Amino acid sequence: MIATAPAQRGAAALAAVRRAAPRRTLGVCGGLTLAVLALLVVAVGTGDYPIAPLDVVKALVGQGDSATSFVVETLRLPRALTALLAGAALGAAGAIFQSVSRNPLGSPDIIGFTAGSSAAAVFEITVIGGGTVAVAAGSMIGGLLTALAVYGLAFRDGVQGYRLVLVGIGISAMLEALVNYLLTRAKIEDVQAASVWLTGSLNGRGWEHVWPTLAALGVLLPACALLQRDLKMVEMGDDTAKALGVSVERSRLSNIVVGVLLTAVATAACGPVAFVALTAPQIARRLTGATGPGVMTAAMMGAALMLASDVLAQRLFPSTPLPVGVVTGALGGLYLIWLLALEARRGRA
Amino acid sequence: MTRLLGERLTLSYDDRTVAADLDVTIPDGSFTVVVGPNACGKSTMLRALARMIKPREGQVLLDGHAITSLPSKEVARRLGLLPQSSIAPDAITVADLVARGRYPHQGLLRQWSPRDEEAVSAAMAATRVGDLADRHVDELSGGQRQRVWLAMALAQETPLLLLDEPTTFLDITHQIEVLDLCAELHEDQGRTLVAVLHDLNHACRYATHLIAMREGAIVAEGDPRTIVDADLVEAVFGLRCRVVDDPETGTPLVVPAARRRAGAASSSS
Repeated sequence: MIATAPAQRGAAALAAVRRAAPRRTLGVCGGLTLAVLALLVVAVGTGDYPIAPLDVVKALVGQGDSATSFVVETLRLPRALTALLAGAALGAAGAIFQSVSRNPLGSPDIIGFTAGSSAAAVFEITVIGGGTVAVAAGSMIGGLLTALAVYGLAFRDGVQGYRLVLVGIGISAMLEALVNYLLTRAKIEDVQAASVWLTGSLNGRGWEHVWPTLAALGVLLPACALLQRDLKMVEMGDDTAKALGVSVERSRLSNIVVGVLLTAVATAACGPVAFVALTAPQIARRLTGATGPGVMTAAMMGAALMLASDVLAQRLFPSTPLPVGVVTGALGGLYLIWLLALEARRGRA
Repeated sequence: MTRLLGERLTLSYDDRTVAADLDVTIPDGSFTVVVGPNACGKSTMLRALARMIKPREGQVLLDGHAITSLPSKEVARRLGLLPQSSIAPDAITVADLVARGRYPHQGLLRQWSPRDEEAVSAAMAATRVGDLADRHVDELSGGQRQRVWLAMALAQETPLLLLDEPTTFLDITHQIEVLDLCAELHEDQGRTLVAVLHDLNHACRYATHLIAMREGAIVAEGDPRTIVDADLVEAVFGLRCRVVDDPETGTPLVVPAARRRAGAASSSS
């Protein structure tokens, strides 16, 4: 009799608690969707030929005049969509790697992907002299091979997060040395091209970039959503997850594979854009207050961050547009610091 | 036929063999406590029984089947483990953490159900963490946190529950609280419990079946009232002591021998 009162109170509190978190996450997702749509209109509407927001929307639904439609559909929309998709891929990949490595500083860098793709791209540009497609393909292959090597070297009866981080740092350091060596030996024009690629840029992106990226995300993001169920259990420690019946190593490997593929897709679309993978999951997590990897909210945050960065990159100094990677670092970093400062002031850092 | 047993287990980490040719049987319905000096292999044996490590030789049988031959989720519906250390995800609430114990009962198509809700609130009531439901796990005290992890293991609703040093890092009050809770679970819910404990007196008081280990082998096992005496303690721990009756429960109480001062007359028992 005495025990029923707390039990009932527990059950009621339980239901209330378990409903509150998803509701807030849903709200954040709704807000991010609106933000992404608004940014899309801004991205398409601004430039040397400004278009009013209403005309942008008209053109998007096929009701605009021919000049506006040309600017929107051929020049600006594919670039904006590439930014959106690549940002989403990087945000999701970042969330996966932060969860797998149990480290808020985790990103695709920890598995050496970025270093591998950079080394391959710089080699392609400075030594072979390949075109954009060759560079994109080379960077994907370089990244994938490096990721495979890091996983293999970190494997010892399964892969522990910290081993992955350490092996990744070692391999990345060597590859960065190779990049620097290649840059010091190359012709100055090649060095310039290589450094623009290394920063990450969305210049001249067209529909041929949008479709493959969209197709890849159409497969990879649903896969992420499915794999998240086990991933959030693994966050509690290998023993706890195994005791609950999770195949820990299989979950870790499949998540790493999807994370690497997402990074590869983004890198092929716009180069190794910095910090989106690092900051998007952290910002999303702070907005939702949710636990678990939060891959979907991180993807939406990544899309918003990349899109906003590209608008700023183009418009900040209209005469000399910046590569998007310059802005993502500054914008994402500033926003994260602002959020952290806000949390610290509220007394829960 | 017992539900959980290990046959001729050889357990090792890399090259270091912890136990060789070890047979162990967990009596059904018992509160089994495993004791022994540091590094005697007691936690390793428990981890092998919970399929956390793979024996180099021999096998663990659960309900007559090799535990490795059963699907992982199937095992998790029969056998639970509270490991020595778990990581509470950032900002997770008590209710959400305990709810994760329902994982083995859920699937892609079978998500959260009223049955899960019941199991979680029953587990929280049993461990008296119901009032903490909306608190963040990282702001709880050590004793509260251990009760929450225990609640998660309980929500798993397994007839067998293994606990790896559940009282480590807790002060004496919380140690007794957790052990009382275990005894309740054993008596009221009829679960079979296996715990590794450091404190021999706690083991004697709570165990219905005691397993004493030394250097990877079982030295003695049985009802603590019949097997624990000064000779056994000396043989297992190398500690000279007297064993008296616990004034509270009548179970064996180990009183270590006092340090002999130089020149003082020896008081051999």
